[in-house]
Amino acid sequence: MAEQIVSPLPGTFYRKPSPDEPNFKNEGDAVAVGDVIGLVEVMKTFNEVKADKAGTIGSFLADNEEPVMAGQPLVDLG
Amino acid sequence: MAIKKLLIANRGEIAVRIIRAAQALNIATVQAHSMADADSLAVKMADEAVNIGPPHAAKSYLKAEALLQAAKDTGADAIHPGYGFLSENAAFAQAVEDAGLIFVGPSPETISRLGDKAAARAAAEAAGVPTVPGSAGVLETVEEAREAAERIGFPVMIKASAGGGGRGIKIADTADELAKLVSQARSEAQAAFGDGSLYMEKLVRNARHIEVQVLGDGTDAVHCFERECSLQRRRQKVWEEAPSAALDDAQRQAICTSAVNLARSVGYRGAGTLEYLFDDASGEFYFIEMNTRIQVEHPVSEMITGIDLVQEMIRIAGGEKLRMTQDDIVLDGHSIECRINAEDPSNNFMPGPGTIGRLVVPTADHVRFDTLLYEGYTIPPFYDSLLGKLIVHGPDRATAIKRMAEALDGLTIEGLKTTIPLHQALAQSPDVMKNAIHTQYLEPWLEANPIPS
Repeated sequence: MAEQIVSPLPGTFYRKPSPDEPNFKNEGDAVAVGDVIGLVEVMKTFNEVKADKAGTIGSFLADNEEPVMAGQPLVDLG
Repeated sequence: MAIKKLLIANRGEIAVRIIRAAQALNIATVQAHSMADADSLAVKMADEAVNIGPPHAAKSYLKAEALLQAAKDTGADAIHPGYGFLSENAAFAQAVEDAGLIFVGPSPETISRLGDKAAARAAAEAAGVPTVPGSAGVLETVEEAREAAERIGFPVMIKASAGGGGRGIKIADTADELAKLVSQARSEAQAAFGDGSLYMEKLVRNARHIEVQVLGDGTDAVHCFERECSLQRRRQKVWEEAPSAALDDAQRQAICTSAVNLARSVGYRGAGTLEYLFDDASGEFYFIEMNTRIQVEHPVSEMITGIDLVQEMIRIAGGEKLRMTQDDIVLDGHSIECRINAEDPSNNFMPGPGTIGRLVVPTADHVRFDTLLYEGYTIPPFYDSLLGKLIVHGPDRATAIKRMAEALDGLTIEGLKTTIPLHQALAQSPDVMKNAIHTQYLEPWLEANPIPS
């Protein structure tokens, strides 16, 4: 089974640092441990989601601005 | 035309507050809510509830069409926007009116005029309300800057016209510093914003934040005295009082009268707040902006005047004239409000949602707790961290602080971290007791006095 990066917090998931900037990462991108793959907004505070394992992004499992739960998978690493 | 059915286009404690006011006026209520708020206290209390969309505010509470459709489907004849969200959105107010409904607030024209910084400043100046002294326009040369600074008086702030949110600001205490900083500021502004134009404003060091509550019916206006909200963290108010202990009677009269003059001059309708900077050293006050909605900290004004501001704004929206003259509004005692947030004050105020366990609220005639909480409620992570507002009243400020300390000790919210320990520390602080505070006070104080976990 592919490895996954999960949301550390409940909140709203964002794939980009601000609405008019590009995504942090796209499908097919390589990630290293510590790379920021998105943000989770919890009560108006933005928290970076960092990769806790290295790999290549197979697919995003949550869309931009989608509500997520703590522990919910955000990314499948191919 | 009196309102018969009111749709609440907001959430949290202010939705609960608006429902209570509507119930007291025998007005039916419809709570518009996101999917994440289906089990909120406001939904439980309202006569009807309508799901308007997904949790993300842009897809629900900020979605004008969904709110208007909900009003239409339920036969509501008015919409209360609360604070935040669409409350100061002139286009929304216009859309509500265009749909044949009542917007509980000022006219779209007033919202848009007072929401524009330059237009609001011009309206204030026309009404004789002092504004922060500044350069008349863009500064072209060092010589122009020097002349402006001498007229305004040092210290001054040099600001980039294209800047904002505190970016591109330089402070000069003397003419020599100014000469150096102007050219530096110009090249930095050019590099950062692609526009090197600068303007100048007087810097009020250690300013207090003082704001005046007004009520208007479109023709006449009254004030409900002032609030002081100088204890702020990251520009968010933390602790609010009414009246301000920093003002003497003559200063109070002057600042409150200036607010009424501005409200009258724009034909203000509803509840509004004029924000000012107050300079202890000179006793001068300067208008900054007007908020054209009910504010979070409105209860302290209610506690010292006995006026229910939310009921009054609903009555005015329904076409009533002001029910009181200025002479009817008497300042009684002192009130304090603490904002209780779901944040951990011992860990850099990290917000954290959770499920409420035991909830114990102190009960006394002089204590009020405006909240969205009930036992077993799970706070959603999608909105702000405000859990409730603890409000006390006392015959004088010292008694009010003592009563706040007691009320904080009597408030138990289990299940998540709250800012109660911060407020307990503030209620024991000698500087708070002396009211020796200003808008830049709290953050350094927190560095020096970390809140233990």
